[in-house]
Amino acid sequence: MKPTPSPSPSLAASAAFSRRDFLRVTALSGGGFMLGLALPGEAWAQAAPALDDTAKIFTPGPFIKITPQNIITILAKNPETGQGVRTSLPMIVAEELDADFSKVVIEQAGLRGDVGAQFAGGSRSTPDNYLLLRRAGATARAMLLAAAAQTWQVRVEELSTDKGEVIHAATGRRLTYGALATTAATLPIPDERDIKLKSESEFKILGARVGGVDNPAIVTGRALFGIDQRLPGMVYAAYEKCPVYGGKVLGANLAHIKGLPGVRDAFIVEGTDNLSGLLPGVAIIAESTWAAFSAKRQLQVEWDESAGPGHSSADYAARAALAAKAGGKRVRNDGDVATAFAAGKLVEAAYSYPFLNHATLEPQGCTAWAKEDGGIEFWTTSQTPGAGQQLVADTLKIPKEKLKLNLVRAGGGFGRRLANDYMVEAAAIALRTGGAPVKLTWTREDDMRHDCHHRPAGYHFLKGAVDAAGKLSAWHNHFVTFGLRNTERPSSGATLSPDELPARFIPNYRLEQSILSTIVPTGPMRAPGSNGLAFVMQSFIDELAHAAGRDPVEFRLELLGDDRVVPPSPGQRGAPYDAGRMKAVVRLAAEKAGWSGPLPRGEGRGIAFHFSHSGYVAMVAEVAVTPAGVLRVRRVTAAVDVGPIINLSGAENQIQGSIIDGLSTAWLQELTFDRGRAVQSNFHDYPLLRSPETPAMSVNFIQSKNPPTGLGEPGYPVVPPAICNAIFAATGRRIRQLPISRTDLQWS
Amino acid sequence: MPAYTLKINGQSRPANVSADTPLLWVLRDTLGLTGTKYGCGLGLCGACTVHLNGVPIRSCQTPVAAVDGAEVTTIEGLSPDGRHPLQQAWCEHDVPQCGYCQAGQIMTAAAFLKSNPAPTAEEIDGALANNLCRCGTYLRIRAAVQEAAVALQKGARP
Repeated sequence: MKPTPSPSPSLAASAAFSRRDFLRVTALSGGGFMLGLALPGEAWAQAAPALDDTAKIFTPGPFIKITPQNIITILAKNPETGQGVRTSLPMIVAEELDADFSKVVIEQAGLRGDVGAQFAGGSRSTPDNYLLLRRAGATARAMLLAAAAQTWQVRVEELSTDKGEVIHAATGRRLTYGALATTAATLPIPDERDIKLKSESEFKILGARVGGVDNPAIVTGRALFGIDQRLPGMVYAAYEKCPVYGGKVLGANLAHIKGLPGVRDAFIVEGTDNLSGLLPGVAIIAESTWAAFSAKRQLQVEWDESAGPGHSSADYAARAALAAKAGGKRVRNDGDVATAFAAGKLVEAAYSYPFLNHATLEPQGCTAWAKEDGGIEFWTTSQTPGAGQQLVADTLKIPKEKLKLNLVRAGGGFGRRLANDYMVEAAAIALRTGGAPVKLTWTREDDMRHDCHHRPAGYHFLKGAVDAAGKLSAWHNHFVTFGLRNTERPSSGATLSPDELPARFIPNYRLEQSILSTIVPTGPMRAPGSNGLAFVMQSFIDELAHAAGRDPVEFRLELLGDDRVVPPSPGQRGAPYDAGRMKAVVRLAAEKAGWSGPLPRGEGRGIAFHFSHSGYVAMVAEVAVTPAGVLRVRRVTAAVDVGPIINLSGAENQIQGSIIDGLSTAWLQELTFDRGRAVQSNFHDYPLLRSPETPAMSVNFIQSKNPPTGLGEPGYPVVPPAICNAIFAATGRRIRQLPISRTDLQWS
Repeated sequence: MPAYTLKINGQSRPANVSADTPLLWVLRDTLGLTGTKYGCGLGLCGACTVHLNGVPIRSCQTPVAAVDGAEVTTIEGLSPDGRHPLQQAWCEHDVPQCGYCQAGQIMTAAAFLKSNPAPTAEEIDGALANNLCRCGTYLRIRAAVQEAAVALQKGARP
């Protein structure tokens, strides 16, 4: 595959992509084959014959372009943040086109109006685009077949295709798609209903292991990421905001800053009160990133921090405990929990998890260039470029049509770049550079202290019971969550659906809710909602299994019940829950992990399952804890059903990454607040898991005959509870508060 | 501002920057070598790793004044044709997710394999312990380093 540059005029980029990469089949130790990227070969493109006057480029829609020189270009439509869609979505087109994926050129789309929604979120890229892209490929293939039939004067039924060629088997004739482009370009685009898609047994590309199309550029350091963009005459910017969310600027030592070496300008941006938008702050424009960062350290800003008091982590915990005593607003009430509690064995527990920062390794930033016509061109890592365009238009009163967005590879997303705060900041600064393009780069400290939507903390006060038969009989959760400056409506990402398991699966279920007002903005982070809830639900289910003296796997299978599809409750909008698919992954994870094998004291296995983002996932963690309390996660075994897999290598990578992410956050991370300010600032106090702590991992897919769905998110939620349940099995210590590092794991 | 003459990837490159400018920003902003990444600015994440006279250093913590006259190698200069055994192994194992940390990982690994040509898995993990990967590609990094070590042992040229 030849990745063309993200549509970037980056000075380095012109040389950066002067290679073509071809597919190679390499046996891997893990089994299967990797369609990997290997040698360069610009000669292929250069050897193409010159066009004559009648030659035409075949463009049957926005996704495919085939030139008479036989260069096949496929558009990568969505933002790439590391989830692999710059590779996997073009694979879908190439499959139905029956192209040779090794020779396909991948072109990144900017924000445009004709390719469907362009965003990276909700694990939606695969399910939303699978049929659209298959049809695009199949339509082009049908037209190329028709062109060949016309050229050879034979019936279409006599023709077949393979690796970018049409073949007439009876006569042995072959023509490349390029040779048919001019003729195909003259044909009408057929009705979608007449297009036949391949059967899955005919797939040649989908389901294979295909290396990321940008890998050769990544490993050689070619300009690729948001922060790598370079433009002629570019200046560099830093932006300082109030450490208390939304605090206004009262004054700043701008005269001093403007006199510092390398500084071109410094000014106050009044901003708006949209916490995901243009917040008030001080902008510094300089000749280099370092000059901007250095000047920023000398900034003295007087902020209005009056909103901060009362918003410390300790305040929130105290208010949650008070709310627990007071009781909450009833959200759901099935059966009779009180009677079931009285009749069964009762377990009570309080669980909590902290706020988290997304901590993408590439800090937020954006390059923007204000043009003479009043428009702005962007090079953005946004996961929601359309929303970013709208935000800039609304905030700066610029017509949307004048805002051009180039989508560039992001050094991690995890939901952080669903917001576009960095983009509107770059836009506001770009209007003040006198026409020079500007690259805004956040420092790590900016990024840690100004996540505009944290994973919300949450508190759960639980009671549960098992009946005489050892079956889960009743569940009562008082969920204490947060509302942004209100106590009526939970913040974004801080809700608990009344249908959340075990609701609908047990007869007696009650959910109450209290909302604490906060000034800390929250929102989606990888598997929003589920990323905290699964820890609580799967841990407490485990407590109840042990209270009943039952095997945790058997207890869960019994809870899930018969194989059936459980619909959402009336008035709820969640997806149907296929108990059979979930039981299958639970059984597979247990089997692959050797669930019932004996382990010595200090070692243990834990299981958890969760359904989110259309994906069914179960994992077994195996841990060892020394008597002194040193934790080692030795092995994590995953079983996953998201239907057919598009790119096996990318899919495994997403699950392995989810395991590391889950370990990292559950074990090590919490973002705390002190009077409205985020306390942590960098990786010394907000650690990421390191290579020596990496467990062995086994990733097992059940490729069920369901429509394929996304994998960026559903792997994450089960990781924290699987580990915590294993720690209990090893030590008898139940982790009810994340991060795990807060609990002393010593045992004797 | 002082004028420095840096030896980057075998080439002599002038840079007129203040003495306290970290090598990272000279590479990225002054010389246009953006393969070396900014991640933390405190030497905590390893994304900015380059070689100084063959030794891996954190370029975000190294002022330009300290490297005047020394040999600096960045990811762009690790191999003349981009086919260092580590770079090939990284592609064969499809290591990257977002890819942002990988240049630093590869630079640390390249220096490590010179000092320990036949490492165990534990030694590889230890050598790369201060190169953070937010996406969690550590297993594949280890496998790729192991494969590159074997290739180098068999005589593959860097």
